[in-house]
Amino acid sequence: MHEEIIRLIGISKEFDGQKVLDNINLYFNRNEFLTLLGPSGCGKTTTLRIIGGFETPDVGDVLFEGKKINALPPYKRKLNTVFQRYALFTHMNVYENIAFGLKIKKKSKEYIDKKVHEVLSLVNLSGYEKRNIDSLSGGQQQRIAIARALVNEPQVLLLDEPLGALDLKLRKDMQLELKKIQQTLGITFVYVTHDQEEALTMSDTIVVMNEGKIQQIGSPVDIYNEPKNAFVADFIGESNIINGIMIRDYYVEIKGIGFNCVDKGFSSNENVDVVIRPEDIKLMPYKEGSIDGVVESVIFKGVHYEMMINDNSYSWMVQSTLMEPIGTKVGMSVAPSDIHIMRKVKGK
Amino acid sequence: MKRSWLSFPYLIWMIIFTVIPLGLILFYSIVRIEDGGMILTMGNFKRVLEPIYLAVFLRSIKIAIISTVICLLLGYPMAMILASKEMSNKSILIVLFVIPMWMNFLARTYAWMTLLEKNGLITTFFNLLGIELPMLLYTESTVILGMVYNFLPFMVLPIYSVLVKIDKAVLEAAEDLGAPPPIVFSRVIFPLSLPGVTSGIIMVFMPALTTFVISRLLGGAHFTLIGNLIEQQFLITRDWGFGSALSVVLMLMIVLTMGFALRYEKENEGGGLW
Repeated sequence: MHEEIIRLIGISKEFDGQKVLDNINLYFNRNEFLTLLGPSGCGKTTTLRIIGGFETPDVGDVLFEGKKINALPPYKRKLNTVFQRYALFTHMNVYENIAFGLKIKKKSKEYIDKKVHEVLSLVNLSGYEKRNIDSLSGGQQQRIAIARALVNEPQVLLLDEPLGALDLKLRKDMQLELKKIQQTLGITFVYVTHDQEEALTMSDTIVVMNEGKIQQIGSPVDIYNEPKNAFVADFIGESNIINGIMIRDYYVEIKGIGFNCVDKGFSSNENVDVVIRPEDIKLMPYKEGSIDGVVESVIFKGVHYEMMINDNSYSWMVQSTLMEPIGTKVGMSVAPSDIHIMRKVKGK
Repeated sequence: MKRSWLSFPYLIWMIIFTVIPLGLILFYSIVRIEDGGMILTMGNFKRVLEPIYLAVFLRSIKIAIISTVICLLLGYPMAMILASKEMSNKSILIVLFVIPMWMNFLARTYAWMTLLEKNGLITTFFNLLGIELPMLLYTESTVILGMVYNFLPFMVLPIYSVLVKIDKAVLEAAEDLGAPPPIVFSRVIFPLSLPGVTSGIIMVFMPALTTFVISRLLGGAHFTLIGNLIEQQFLITRDWGFGSALSVVLMLMIVLTMGFALRYEKENEGGGLW
């Protein structure tokens, strides 16, 4: 079922003495929507450019269908890229832009006509053949860039923050549309973004990166519910990250208060990061929860209220559909399965 | 526009130094002054069409075209090299390229004279090797050499300024779509640089067509281009009427070439100098 198409083995890359990628090992399956997610400068775009052939790794190999393609120039690779700023040819119209790759491959006029027509209808821009690039909106240009790549029937499509320049509403529409296109065509999408929500919405697999290293690989559900370390927890969604001491398996102490939890395998009395999602904290009447605090601030977020609740030493972020006014004393409790224990990242 | 008064000084400048002289040239070209009376005449323009003067026009155009083509062939690769260099090297290269332009145009042309003359550096050097060189100075090729030398920067700089503005991602996109480097150049880089090429051609062709200094210094007294012909009419034969008529024809030619180039550029929506 899961057939591998690309594999990165021990990739490292430096720019001017600065390590951008540090021993990246990763594989991509056919028909997979894989997202490289991380803050800017984490190496996700460089990884994409290495797969596309625009950078060569200092160390490590790139395999495509099992064959090493380290030195293969981009124009010989069986994959296509959608660039961040679209990179359309402004001296050509829509048709010429899309037909560019096919013309180079010396396809027949009939074939090119047919394919351009097909791919334009795939991105919902039928009838735009003769339009100038400058006359198109950002969203339309983005679709043309996608069409221009897809028309070559690549087995892998690389997308470098393709929705970054679009407004929120358009971005949401395009997210669904991209996912649909990927499922219709059944090809591999490698998607680069710094937007965690985008990654969670579209991906089959998310690769979280930071400072040139892979932090965690997993499905969106895994990454959200079982973040491997505090960085991932913090980057994916909102989190309360507190210091804790793992007393023994299934029992952690936070600020001197003992909690049952579902994690094990730590040494006894190990210092750990405890991550609790703001939506997992239940508000209770004062003195009835595990921790008491005072509501410091309330922000209405649409679906829920976001409250900061201070227990004298730490401000907990709590999301709830019920609002407690500022100054109210409340209790808080957390279910054992919602307490996530993480090893401290060394050096931090 | 409320601030339109700001343009008055320029307007006055234009009227004194452009509009009035242009009017005078037109006036002199169609009017002959005789015994205190003025006669309207097309005689001057008829004279322009005489074979001997037409030959001068044709020769000027031919030399200007050859110079422009050589400038383009030399200048385009030069511009590409300048545009592709890393930042630190780039500024040094550009400065090196521009420095000769700070020197006086006449001085530069005289320098070539001393290099090429009968007992000049180049002939002497080859004589020492026992090679007899033909006369280097006062030939058509020398005039072309002088034009190329003097006008090359005007070709390189506009092309360079367009080339550096081309988004690298666009070139990567072309390569990504399967284009090997030669096709990236022919299908993407060159078409995108056309506005710069157009500007460069205009900026080289116009001075090459009108110069009289280069042709006089390097072409000798008997080598006449339109510029020389016009200069002669005003300074030597004092036939202002004929000189004006020649100027008008030359201006019309330039306006036509520029109009053509401009129209071409508009179609391509370029962002060159014009």
